[in-house]
Amino acid sequence: MPIAHQKPESWVRVTPQGLYVEPGQFFIDPTRPVERAVVTHGHADHARPGNKHVLATPGTLAIMRTRYGDGIGATQALDYNAPIQVNGVRLWLAPAGHVLGSAQAVVEWQGCRVVVSGDYKRRFDPTCAPFEVVPCDVFVTEATFGLPVFHHPPDSGEIDKVLRSLTLFPERAHLIGVYALGKCQRVIALLRRSGYDQPIYIHGALAALCALYQQLGVELGDLRLASEASKDELRGQIVLSPPAASADRWSRRLPDPITAVASGWMRVRQRARQRGVELPLVISDHADWDELLQTIDGVAASEIWVTHGREEALIHAAGLMGKRARALALVGYEDDED
Amino acid sequence: MIPFSRLIDALVFMPSRNGKLRLLGQYFATTQDPDRGWALAALTGNLDLPTAKPAMIRELARTRVDADLLGWSYDYVGDFAETIALIWPPKPTNRAPPTLGEVVADITGAKRSETPAIVEAWLDACSADQRFALLKLITGGMRIGVSARMAKTALAEWAGKDVNEIEEVWHGLEPPYAELFEWLEGTGERPDPDHHAAFRPLMLANPLEAADIAALNAADYRAEWKWDGIRVQLVGKARELGTFERRIYSRSGDEVTRVFPEIVGLMNFDAVLDGEMLVLRDGEVMPFNELQQRLNRKIVTAKMLSQYPAFVRLYDILADNGEDLRRLSFDERRARLEAWYARMHPDRMDLSPMVPFTDWAELTAMREASRENGIEGLMLKRGDSTYVPGRPKGPWFKWKRGALTLDCVMMYAQRGHGKRSSFYSDYTFGCWRPAEQGGLELVPVGKAYSGFTDEELLRIDRWVRAHTTNRFGPVREVEQELVMELAFDSVHPSTRHKSGVAMRFPRVHRIRWDKPANEADHLETLEKLIVS
Ligand SMILES: [Zn+2]
Ligand SMILES: [Zn+2]
Repeated sequence: MPIAHQKPESWVRVTPQGLYVEPGQFFIDPTRPVERAVVTHGHADHARPGNKHVLATPGTLAIMRTRYGDGIGATQALDYNAPIQVNGVRLWLAPAGHVLGSAQAVVEWQGCRVVVSGDYKRRFDPTCAPFEVVPCDVFVTEATFGLPVFHHPPDSGEIDKVLRSLTLFPERAHLIGVYALGKCQRVIALLRRSGYDQPIYIHGALAALCALYQQLGVELGDLRLASEASKDELRGQIVLSPPAASADRWSRRLPDPITAVASGWMRVRQRARQRGVELPLVISDHADWDELLQTIDGVAASEIWVTHGREEALIHAAGLMGKRARALALVGYEDDED
Repeated sequence: MIPFSRLIDALVFMPSRNGKLRLLGQYFATTQDPDRGWALAALTGNLDLPTAKPAMIRELARTRVDADLLGWSYDYVGDFAETIALIWPPKPTNRAPPTLGEVVADITGAKRSETPAIVEAWLDACSADQRFALLKLITGGMRIGVSARMAKTALAEWAGKDVNEIEEVWHGLEPPYAELFEWLEGTGERPDPDHHAAFRPLMLANPLEAADIAALNAADYRAEWKWDGIRVQLVGKARELGTFERRIYSRSGDEVTRVFPEIVGLMNFDAVLDGEMLVLRDGEVMPFNELQQRLNRKIVTAKMLSQYPAFVRLYDILADNGEDLRRLSFDERRARLEAWYARMHPDRMDLSPMVPFTDWAELTAMREASRENGIEGLMLKRGDSTYVPGRPKGPWFKWKRGALTLDCVMMYAQRGHGKRSSFYSDYTFGCWRPAEQGGLELVPVGKAYSGFTDEELLRIDRWVRAHTTNRFGPVREVEQELVMELAFDSVHPSTRHKSGVAMRFPRVHRIRWDKPANEADHLETLEKLIVS
């Protein structure tokens, strides 16, 4: 293999549609419809409908099909760690530990390896494969929680908070705001692992993806639609809904609900209070500050590119670690998706 | 530190007052002395650790965290104690988190130069939540939505006492309040407050509804004006060599002594007086918002003293030279008050005059005629009423002047809090005024979030959702169509409001589903109601 003479930014380029691997002629997580897309995971800001051709893990493709139906274009499923050639670029997918099916896209060309990690986390998640460290020359990372104030505590303590509150307020419904993909199923799975075997009630908007996870072999136990339960049945029960529904009319069906939100943002009290949260649960599908630094160190890349989030602090910290780091200033990725 | 940090965390997120009281009560019941006493001191603003200041903590953080990262983090979090609590990278230690007792003892016992090392070791031993509680505790200013009064109320509920009993002994006590807890738990004597110039909990009046009057016998009641200032209690206590301890309390028992130095300076007496603090110029009572200028400021300047001179109009006397007068009747106390006043003749004080009347019709007419400045209405007090703390039913009534009303148009709606958080229950209202480009425009004149029933709220909420034209975070702008009649006590000029006026105590009086918005009132009408 020839030695790389080209700078990595000359062949992995930032374009208005997103990150473009020029010799391979494909985009990674394009924010506008393109000819060929490689999609890291199923969150709506990374996986969008309308591309001609999509390559992703079988899990991600199943999620996209559930969300967009036939609108996702022609598909090509690629398992983890199964390299292929795309127009002379070697491409493979490594687990990212973010949500079911989530992957890091690894691209190699002329002896240079770039890892586009998408969104990722480093801790255990019963609903997806754990993150794998892929040593590389350039590591492209998110920085959603790119400030040293973000340390996600162990999940078990957060789940305990819910269970403790249930014993303290057995007459009140416990409404947990969760994102429909990933967080919802992870919170349910964590509750199950802690021994909670009551039915868990869900908002209709969460049902399809929960069913898909179950189909793909993730145990979620007895799930019921909250809309089909009486107010009395919901006393002392756990109810999951998308975050926006908790402050809306939908929540009026619940008996005196305690509002919880499961999100990494809950670490900051003011932020949780502004959202009217009574029971903040610091459960995140993104790397916290320590995990970001641990990963930057682990992949041993000499260059760090930051896609979205709080870039400046992470770039500064990577600089202190002796890395060349820069912001890609990609637009279209949401901060709040968590 | 562990129970205290759990308490702080739970309080921060507990929206309801009852829930907060329950959490506090639980804490007092299950925590040891002296920790619970120091916690009580911190919650009531009585804990002062002068060597542990934010600047010292910031220096400490700099030794562990890169300055830029610290700066960005503070910008994001916004609260100093929370930033340090979250960002602190602890070094491994086998020390346990300190107890509150240790924190107070070690800091007060240390030299200023020794404090940083002590605090550093604690920060290492604590979790993030405990660090937050520790930093709030030692740097002062908890600001977690618990007032001193609420802490005392929780204490009272836990101990099965009336909060006024606690207020009564409170000012004689010092943290960590061992005597107080002994008394509350029934293992000690009631602390004796009379060593100090202690606060006597106030007697308050119930509102009088027009319909109630017929049932009352006019001859049993005395009437006086209800002045529109702040209710205060002046307490003077003789010390040796002809000096006096002097304190001024607000009606909740908070000390406001420092706010009114010109009054304090004149309190050379051994007595407890009940009165109304007012701003008086050339013998005339000024509108309430002039007094507000005094209350809003931390430092009293010479200019404020001359611009907003304070004055106390006396209602009652509760103690005279150590003699407790509260068991006397109102008529007897009034006689004692008049005698006291004739004897002392203090500057900047006078007696609130009695309003003689023979029957209710006469009094009603007087009340209606009184649009005079500084008068909120009438007080009715039974001549035979003893001075009972709290708000007993029957002996005292406040009979406010009829409210003013105005038809206003809803402009914005905002979600409420707690049980109302799924409803749009807080509204901003406007009145019409001529627009610069011609025609009329609405200008906001006030906010109201009470005065309607649950069913009405449901209907308004539905209306808001169906008539939203714009959203700003939790606020919705609505079509300018819904008219409500607002009631309010008075109107004052205001530089803080775009309309130039501010209503006092606005509330929704009636919802005018029937009324077209263009028939709502004009700003001009409101301006004419200004009391000057
Ligand atoms: Zn994602
Ligand atoms: Zn993302």
